[in-house]
Amino acid sequence: MEGTDRPSKAGESAAPLLDVQELCTYFPIRTGILQRVRGFVKAVDGVSFHINAGETLGLVGESGCGKTTVGRTILRLIPATSGQVLYRGRNLFELSGSEMRRLRREMQIIFQDPVGSLNPRMRVGRIVGEPLEVHGLARGEQLRQRVGDLLERCGLWPGAAERFPHEFSGGQRQRIGIARALALQPKLIICDEPTSALDVSIQSQILNLLAELQDEFQLSYLFISHDMAVIHHVCDRIAVMFNGHIVEQGSRDEIINDPQHAYTKALLGAVPQPFPQ
Amino acid sequence: MHDTRTISRTDERPPDAAGSDDAVAETDQVLSPTRLAWKSFRRSKLGLVGSLMVLLLIVIAIGGEQFSPYDAYSMDSSVSLEPPSLAHPAGTDRFGRDQLTRLMEGTRISMLVSFVAVVLSLVIGIPLGLIAGYYGGLAGTVIMRGVDVVFAFPTILLALMLVATLGASLPNLILAIAVIFQANVVRIVRASVMSVKEREFVEAARAVGARDSVIMAQFILPNVLSPVIVQATFHLSLAIFIEAALSFLGLGTQPPTPSWGLMLNESRTFMEFAPWLTIFPGLAIIFAVLGFNLMGDALRDAFDPRLSQR
Repeated sequence: MEGTDRPSKAGESAAPLLDVQELCTYFPIRTGILQRVRGFVKAVDGVSFHINAGETLGLVGESGCGKTTVGRTILRLIPATSGQVLYRGRNLFELSGSEMRRLRREMQIIFQDPVGSLNPRMRVGRIVGEPLEVHGLARGEQLRQRVGDLLERCGLWPGAAERFPHEFSGGQRQRIGIARALALQPKLIICDEPTSALDVSIQSQILNLLAELQDEFQLSYLFISHDMAVIHHVCDRIAVMFNGHIVEQGSRDEIINDPQHAYTKALLGAVPQPFPQ
Repeated sequence: MHDTRTISRTDERPPDAAGSDDAVAETDQVLSPTRLAWKSFRRSKLGLVGSLMVLLLIVIAIGGEQFSPYDAYSMDSSVSLEPPSLAHPAGTDRFGRDQLTRLMEGTRISMLVSFVAVVLSLVIGIPLGLIAGYYGGLAGTVIMRGVDVVFAFPTILLALMLVATLGASLPNLILAIAVIFQANVVRIVRASVMSVKEREFVEAARAVGARDSVIMAQFILPNVLSPVIVQATFHLSLAIFIEAALSFLGLGTQPPTPSWGLMLNESRTFMEFAPWLTIFPGLAIIFAVLGFNLMGDALRDAFDPRLSQR
């Protein structure tokens, strides 16, 4: 299952913002009373790709193919088994705890589940302001101001800070999640299926918001999704993942118009036609 | 005590907003999860009755014998073993002490024992449960095997053994009850932590770079407290029960301090011709246990996870 890696047109000259090399994440299967390791689930098995500054890379594949694990492993939320993740040339897996903590300011994540990703016992203001507090970037009135600005930028209103997550709708909650990810002014945001839990009409609102924010803050996205239509809409380049491997990657037009791998063709064939004949 | 109760709450639910984007207007009243639970708790009539019973016990415990014209300790042989009358509504014991006054004084002991023991069990159990649930591994294994040891013995028997070993006194009794209860607290906290720590908001906190201590204190602990509070309420009634049982066996409160269990014990000899000495302490125990249990039931319904997850 070798990936057909085609050269991309954009950003070949400059060093990429994020360079993932031969990334592997295995989960041990333990059985019996002694919890002996009987084997491994190779969730991510030799994945390589890069993301240039200001670019959106789509990572597409079916449920369980390991795309979410890729995102989590890059952020060191799940330990990697082997491979390298270079962020501006620095290998994230070799950083100490405090170095990594500092670097976390530059890379954030937006989650799929707008319910589970917000602490139900915290007011929205605390949720969005937490990153600033953790890194000691703002306090008191300044923090309140920043949180209000962030909420407003994401299409909510400053007074929303006083409320609790359960009082918001799915789309609004996703906006809160985006505001939290933006709080540290990151360079890279991993969007882990940010729209798959939302209604189609709300999906487009959120996608448009993400696009606006990308222009405004020169963000790079790793956009994880199983929805080829969404990927097509937002991505500059696309990597197709199947069973822990990347089977094909290239520019959006190459992948959409001229898929090489059988799995990519199958994925494209599954996209519903807006005007079927 | 451990039944899972389901009460239909469909009529109380605000319209589910998860799917639509028409949700919050800017002027609505803020509803915190705690306030939602409180609203639901207030709606429970039995919970209200239970809370009033507990409140009454607390007032009596604080006021003690000041509410009575008699002294709980002074003896008067001229009124020994009097049946209930207007002067002595619950009769007198063999030393002529007013039983109602002694029951009030006993309330103080029972409440003291149960509240201190339960708070102590939370102070020990919550941190252990957090560590066992969050880190797991060797620390978790050691903690949970310790808990298993406590669970290997019947509650009363273990309390008996501990008090017999440490020596019969009120502090030792409280300590023994706390040691037994903390095992339960550890188990509940650990299980809740293990489920909460997998939720995405914890992952979000880690992605932000929050330290473990912050994650545990601000993200995990507030989300595991509801079941702990409910369990603690049931522990309050169980503690009263254990205190009474051990005092009855002579291993808890020591005479002349009045305690419901001790009064029951002292009444045995006269049960046939002075039954009021047995009946009233028994009623006091039932009253306290019932009050706490009613309150606990209502709390459990109020903290229903279906509400807090919305």
